[in-house]
Amino acid sequence: MTERAALDAAESAPTQRGLLRVEDLVVDYAGKGFRAKKFRALTDINISIGQGETLGLVGESGSGKTTLGRAVLGLAPVSGGRITFEGQDISHATRRQRRVLSRDMQVVFQDPYTSLNPALEIGDILAEPLGVQGMEATAAKKRVKELLDQVGLPSDAIHRLPREFSGGQRQRVAIARALALSPKLIVCDEPVSALDLSTQARVLDLFLQIQKDTGVSYLFVSHDLDVVRHISHRVAVMYRGEIVEQGPAEVVTRDPEHPYTQRLLLASPVPDPDRQEKRRADRHRLLEMQRQQNEQAGVPA
Amino acid sequence: MITFILKRLGSGIVVLFVVSILVFSLLYVSSGSIARNILGDQATPEQLAVKNAELGLDQPILARYFSWLTGALRGDLGASWFTSEPVASSLATRIPVTMTMVFVAMTLIAIIATLIGVAAAVKRGWVDRVVQIGAIIGDSIPGFVIGIILVTILAIQMGFFPATSTIAPGVGADAWALSLALPVIALLINGVTGGAQQIRSAVIKQLERDYVRTLRSRGIGEREVLFKHVLRSAAPAGLTVLSLQLIGMLGGVVIIEQIFALPGMGPLAVAATSQSDQPVVMGVVMYTVVVVIVVNLIVDLLNGWLNPKVRVS
Amino acid sequence: MTESVETAALTPAPGRAVPEKSGQTGTVVRSTVLRRLFKNPLGIIAIVILLAMAVMAVFADALAPFDENFANISKTLAAPDGVNILGTDSSGRDVWSRLLFGAQLTLASALLCAAVAIAIGLPAGLIAGYYAGKFEAVSNWVVSILMSLPGLIVLLTIRAAFGPSVWIAMIAFGVLISPSYFRLTRSAVQSVRNELYVDAARVSGLSDLRIITRHIFSVVRAPIIIQTAAIAGVAIAIQSGLEFLGLGDPAKATWGVMLSEGFKNVYLTPSLLFWPAFAMALTIGALVLLGNAIRDALEDGEKIKHRRKKIRTAEDAATASAAKAARKTVATVEAGTEHHLVKVTNLGVGYPQADGSVKKVVDDVSFHVDRGEILGIVGESGSGKSQTAFSILGLLPDTARIVAGAIQFDGNYTVAPGEDKVSQDRLSKLRGKRISYIPQEPMSNLDPAFTIGYQLVTPMMRVLGISKAEATTRGMKLLADVGIVNPERTFKAYPHEVSGGMAQRVLIAGAISCEPDLIIADEPTTALDVTVQADVLDLIRDLQRRLGVGVILVTHNFGVVADLCDRVVVMQNGRLVEEGPVREILRNPKKEYTQTLLASMLEGKEPMTMLVPAPSSVTARSTAKENVL
Repeated sequence: MTERAALDAAESAPTQRGLLRVEDLVVDYAGKGFRAKKFRALTDINISIGQGETLGLVGESGSGKTTLGRAVLGLAPVSGGRITFEGQDISHATRRQRRVLSRDMQVVFQDPYTSLNPALEIGDILAEPLGVQGMEATAAKKRVKELLDQVGLPSDAIHRLPREFSGGQRQRVAIARALALSPKLIVCDEPVSALDLSTQARVLDLFLQIQKDTGVSYLFVSHDLDVVRHISHRVAVMYRGEIVEQGPAEVVTRDPEHPYTQRLLLASPVPDPDRQEKRRADRHRLLEMQRQQNEQAGVPA
Repeated sequence: MITFILKRLGSGIVVLFVVSILVFSLLYVSSGSIARNILGDQATPEQLAVKNAELGLDQPILARYFSWLTGALRGDLGASWFTSEPVASSLATRIPVTMTMVFVAMTLIAIIATLIGVAAAVKRGWVDRVVQIGAIIGDSIPGFVIGIILVTILAIQMGFFPATSTIAPGVGADAWALSLALPVIALLINGVTGGAQQIRSAVIKQLERDYVRTLRSRGIGEREVLFKHVLRSAAPAGLTVLSLQLIGMLGGVVIIEQIFALPGMGPLAVAATSQSDQPVVMGVVMYTVVVVIVVNLIVDLLNGWLNPKVRVS
Repeated sequence: MTESVETAALTPAPGRAVPEKSGQTGTVVRSTVLRRLFKNPLGIIAIVILLAMAVMAVFADALAPFDENFANISKTLAAPDGVNILGTDSSGRDVWSRLLFGAQLTLASALLCAAVAIAIGLPAGLIAGYYAGKFEAVSNWVVSILMSLPGLIVLLTIRAAFGPSVWIAMIAFGVLISPSYFRLTRSAVQSVRNELYVDAARVSGLSDLRIITRHIFSVVRAPIIIQTAAIAGVAIAIQSGLEFLGLGDPAKATWGVMLSEGFKNVYLTPSLLFWPAFAMALTIGALVLLGNAIRDALEDGEKIKHRRKKIRTAEDAATASAAKAARKTVATVEAGTEHHLVKVTNLGVGYPQADGSVKKVVDDVSFHVDRGEILGIVGESGSGKSQTAFSILGLLPDTARIVAGAIQFDGNYTVAPGEDKVSQDRLSKLRGKRISYIPQEPMSNLDPAFTIGYQLVTPMMRVLGISKAEATTRGMKLLADVGIVNPERTFKAYPHEVSGGMAQRVLIAGAISCEPDLIIADEPTTALDVTVQADVLDLIRDLQRRLGVGVILVTHNFGVVADLCDRVVVMQNGRLVEEGPVREILRNPKKEYTQTLLASMLEGKEPMTMLVPAPSSVTARSTAKENVL
């Protein structure tokens, strides 16, 4: 963690960051085969999210950002450290505890094509989390209608199958499923990466609107710095299983401190030829500068 | 590479060992009445006891298994309880007959099924439809029924082939080939129809892969794309199918030999089975498992050669 | 079908409201599958045969005029008459009665075998697939042993141990064949276990049992039914085989015993063979057909079946002959357009549908590319941008048709007006040599079975006709040119041994290896990480400048367009929206669609604000954006 991020963390009141807390989290995956070495996916992760806050988690493939989201959800093994939700340790929650927890913590995945069971009607998909909590059928049906309305889908969607919908619409269904139990936190794992540009914009708007209306918090995982900047209050940057920088979104995504974040920022092209030419030049300068620094520090390129 | 072969051989020996224990204990169930079966109903209890002692049946099962195992390791599989013929030597005279047929049939299946399967995948249209219909017909009629039909029509009714095939060492090559023709055809029809169908779908699957389009975009000719790249990637699927067919054929050939009265493993196995002749049954099973292990090893090696990813791990 | 086609042809265009099928409500998969099954004549025939067999087996006692073992010694090997409608066998037993009792035993034993196999294979497969771990390792080992034992040999052993009981034999065979259910179930479960919807169910706190019954069992159900049809057939065959060998219970009439009996009397009464063989083939055949029909119903197979015929009939005879004539003498291109490297004129690409209509994925698209120029084709999924690129390459799927327009390359038609397919004759001379291709997904576009060096060198040898040594030297240099640090090592490596970014460099090296005039790059950086993307964009720009080659860059990313392109074509739903120099399009888009797309860009937006305004304010918003720029 950088100095600034530490400072930033100290400044904010603990109650404000009290919803989700991840301390010194380590995740190891068992290697394939008998004597294979363990693979360390996450090293000493510290993050926290407050009520109504969005923490953006940005990084490239293999950086561990998805694993962190999955660890919070109980879908990845916690080998060390602690995850607490509203003060309660959930690092090794049982399935029963998870069932209770699912009222407050939900998920939206990246791929709207595989995150919905193709054989189930939309109504059944949305009623699933309600049924787990023991809601009766008529009440569930009413809630499903509300949810469809909330995410901007027609109410006749109840009896349709996922394949009848476009990617953006499916992602709305996935969001509706996450909202079903009015959770306090939604883990969003690359929820707009598979979508077209204009669809992405509409789905991002939906996320913002929902947060405004319900005060839900997001742990928003994405590879796209622009997306993360747009939706997050604070941003954490991940690189090779570690958080290399975190702080207010504006600072981290516009004027980053860590060399990797700087590279990431300048690598993403902007939609104007002349400004892009400038950014390209900046990027080359940065790479050259970092290369020289590394050489001086004796690190091989 | 050598460690890979040794590993596979090691696991093959374990399998052989496990199967021998299983089969031996299964056969133990029926060995109580063997002496009476051999000597007949008139035998006195004393005669039965003598026979049991002679066959080693008075010993506990573990001792019996160990004496069989130590013998087997030295290449001595015991002797038939009924004919007293050593199992090893009766296997030795019969294996060549059976394996010749199996080998010829498998080779023909591999060639014909590949040709037809590839043609169906590439040409589609009527070739494809014929292969599909052929697969349904092939699946519908068991191999031995095909054998019976062939004998009845081609040999008995029309007289094109000899109805029973005996392979005497003295006969000429043409007579030998003619006598083997029908049994081999009966063995291979199911294999060809089923194999062609599987190879067809494997090739179609490969033709749809991205890299095929890229190869074409690089100016590589259609024939090279098909025979060098697509076939190679489809081959592992084809090999798996062929090896499963070969395993099935080791059973199917028993019935075929019975139909054509061939002096192969079949009649030996059937006779031993109906009499519960334990040493012979053990011998037949062990020989079969050895063949299967060798075939699987060869298939694994071929797969490793075809697929560099497998080779590394 | 390739991936990009699939997305183009099947995904409803984004932005469009719910697909037109909205009349169809309350449809469930199951009912459509059943309906399709009953529409298939072969499926109906199979069901009727199996039902008839089942009725005959169940009511054998009532239907059979004689007991299965009742022998009339004075009437052996008799021809059919009023009493013995199918004649008698060598002991004077009634063939028809024995056939009925045989059906009873045969069907019951097939059911027993399948039931045993399912009872073992299905739960084991579910557990191994879902929990993996030790259970899977052990069961895999058991399966590998069971699968390497020839069924008949095992049954012979069982017969030697337990005597002639059909039921014991079938239970044993059920155990032996259970791996087929195990493997089927395990792989189905494995494919579903990591699906995101199962993860979502876990997050919702569903118990494992409910996840398996609700999400996983539904996936396995249909394959299990298909498999059972096949296995019942195999069980009948092997059971009859045992009986034929005379290893069954002599007191029972079975089809196998009847076959054996018939075979013994083949010289006297061959018809004795016919009936059991016929019954067997009919039953197994019906099972096979039923399995196929269910599979077809699941796969929605009717589409393809009708396709080919319809095209032929729909094809206008006049166009066909015109096309034929054109194929002989390729028309010359319009004067004054020869200097364009590529010129696409009013191009239309379509896929003939089952109902005879043609689904157009590219419609009336015209543009050109000059030498040394980079043209960007930009659009969302389903815009037809990839289909347009593949028509220039001549690598459209077989089912695609050019429904309108023409394509010319370097002053010659590759698709002349009136032709409905890309001429492979003409294009195979250009592909690789003058037109080359950079694909989207680096890993899947290299053949995993060959080294990178081989895949780089072979096209050069084929296209340029140079020796292997020369091609190898050039290949090494190319790898160095595309920024690969250790060319020798990469040259010898297999595709799975290099990273995605490196693989994409290799593919770019391949694209420039024969010094083409035109490179078609289909989303060349979409699958890459942002930092790798920046490097690859630099590489493409450098190479393009150095070689002076024309490039068509298909992308959805305006940043990539801004980075590389000279001119831009914007496409939507298969049509061309607008075209112009890159600065013009990105700064002053004329068409509302382009404006909306650009307005959806996040770069330069005020964070935490809505991106999509009410439709009327689009223009206002884009001017506001102008100020930000």
